[in-house]
Amino acid sequence: MTSATKPVSAKSASVTRLGKHQARMGYLFIMPTMLLFAVFMVIPVGMALYLSFTNYDVLSSNDWVGMDNYRRLFGDDLYWKTFVNVMIYAVVFVPLNVLISLLLAILLNRAARGVKALRTFYYLPTLTSAVAAATVWIWMLHPEYGLVNGILSLFGITGPAWVSQTDTAMLSIIMMTLWQSVGSNMIIYLAGLQGVPDYLYESARLDGASKFDCLRYITWPQLRPTTFLVSTMSIIGALQLFDQAFVLTQGGPANATKTPVYLIYQQGFNQLQMGYASSQAFVLAMAILVFSLISMKINKSEESIV
Amino acid sequence: MRAIESQAKRQRILTASVFYIGAILIAIVMFLPFYWSVMTSFKPDEDMFSMPIKWFPADITLEHYKKAFTTVPFGLYFWNSFFLAITGVLLNLFFGSLSGYAFAKLKFKGNSGLFRVLLAAMMVPGIVTMIPSVYVLRHIPLMGGNDLFGSGGMGLMNSFWGIILPGASGTFAVFFMRQFFLTLPSDMMEMARIEGCGEFKIFWRIYLPLTKPALATLSIFTFQAGWNSFLWPMIVLNDPNKATIQMGLQAFSFNFQTDYGPMMAGALVAILPILVLFLALQRYFIQGIAFSGIKG
Repeated sequence: MTSATKPVSAKSASVTRLGKHQARMGYLFIMPTMLLFAVFMVIPVGMALYLSFTNYDVLSSNDWVGMDNYRRLFGDDLYWKTFVNVMIYAVVFVPLNVLISLLLAILLNRAARGVKALRTFYYLPTLTSAVAAATVWIWMLHPEYGLVNGILSLFGITGPAWVSQTDTAMLSIIMMTLWQSVGSNMIIYLAGLQGVPDYLYESARLDGASKFDCLRYITWPQLRPTTFLVSTMSIIGALQLFDQAFVLTQGGPANATKTPVYLIYQQGFNQLQMGYASSQAFVLAMAILVFSLISMKINKSEESIV
Repeated sequence: MRAIESQAKRQRILTASVFYIGAILIAIVMFLPFYWSVMTSFKPDEDMFSMPIKWFPADITLEHYKKAFTTVPFGLYFWNSFFLAITGVLLNLFFGSLSGYAFAKLKFKGNSGLFRVLLAAMMVPGIVTMIPSVYVLRHIPLMGGNDLFGSGGMGLMNSFWGIILPGASGTFAVFFMRQFFLTLPSDMMEMARIEGCGEFKIFWRIYLPLTKPALATLSIFTFQAGWNSFLWPMIVLNDPNKATIQMGLQAFSFNFQTDYGPMMAGALVAILPILVLFLALQRYFIQGIAFSGIKG
């Protein structure tokens, strides 16, 4: 009896030894990642809330000031103006971004000659950095010699001074960021379209559905996960708009394009009021969280309707 | 019968031409800013400020490029950005695949729990960690004149490490590589173990070489992100000699607001490396974005 059980226990002993060795190596392999994660993610996230209750200024002071920063923040008109600015931006940009990307994807979701080249052209703008793109667009939107107004004048329209006019400055940023982002979202939508089964369209056509019906009742609902991804990512990006506003319009004119991140950057790194800037960042992060949840809710609720 | 057939054919030709006209018009709109900036960068000043628009330059000049590179040290900025982006790529490839492999293939307690924590952190908006990360960088012990408790000096602020380390093992890299390792069979691992092969060697010699396409995609994305990043380098680096190309370009367009020729030349130089990378490795780009869409 003993001789029969022995090899089994010896084997299980060697298995656990191997398992233990494997586990040790596993921990060793993930150690650099987890260490960096702890230092540059866990600690900062933990500190984010704490700093917002202090008057940290990098140099000398780092004292607890209780709710002072938040009290100041609620009376800070400029901060709320930057919020309104990105809201306006997001309300126009996000739906257009989803719509244009989807339409481009539908347009190019076919096996015709030259489609690959067309996709490449649509994708090219997404390769540019925000700074380089904004630099190019400063010149594109030049009131007298810029390309946009040059083309408008061919149609007899006198274009506005785009970036230096309060009513068109945000529009300039919207145009530029759309140009920069629809290409990659189009690719995401194209991947989504590949996943819509053909038989849905075939049976719908047999039932006499029009092209628009197919789009409305098959393509759009089938692409909901993709739309959720695209819209959530663009909301998160829109609320954190910075590079384009910093280079193209420098927040102006009259703070019409100043964004929360822009203000946090100035408050924290030009005026060194990092405690106060932290409270601004924390409130912005909460807003981003709320809007991502809303986006999630909307995408879910539509599921039950259709 | 023939009439119907020819009518259907006419219909097809009509649809196709509407498609091509529309699609090509959009392509022109998307491409115009590139064309316009290239033209401007080669146009002499007097051609630039003229209406109506001159679509083709009468003379070509390299003046603007010369000016962009001599008024500011654009070459140095280019090199700085290149160094930062390449280091970021190499570290992310190594650490990302190492821990991606561990999460996908090795059994240890807390494997899925830790991985889920990493994933959840991807949802944290960058603005939350911006200011605290500066605090952390300044107070890294024993670096940049700091003592053991992390005070006294600048820490890793104003150093390339302040850019490289926080992004050295991005969550996206870990996630991306893990998904790829999951698709590879585990029996090669068992075989190698029986042969007495060490765990690191199994990873390095057997599994890693199989992930070359994934590594290519990941390098492209990491390079693009590193090359195009702007706000964080601007916060960390104060020394003008350490500025990145994006910072240099921003400063140039801020300080020389009406010098459109050199501005366009600088912008194109800042776009060029990514463009070359894209044209050389196009299919890896497309695969990568499609993947990031599927994960959602």
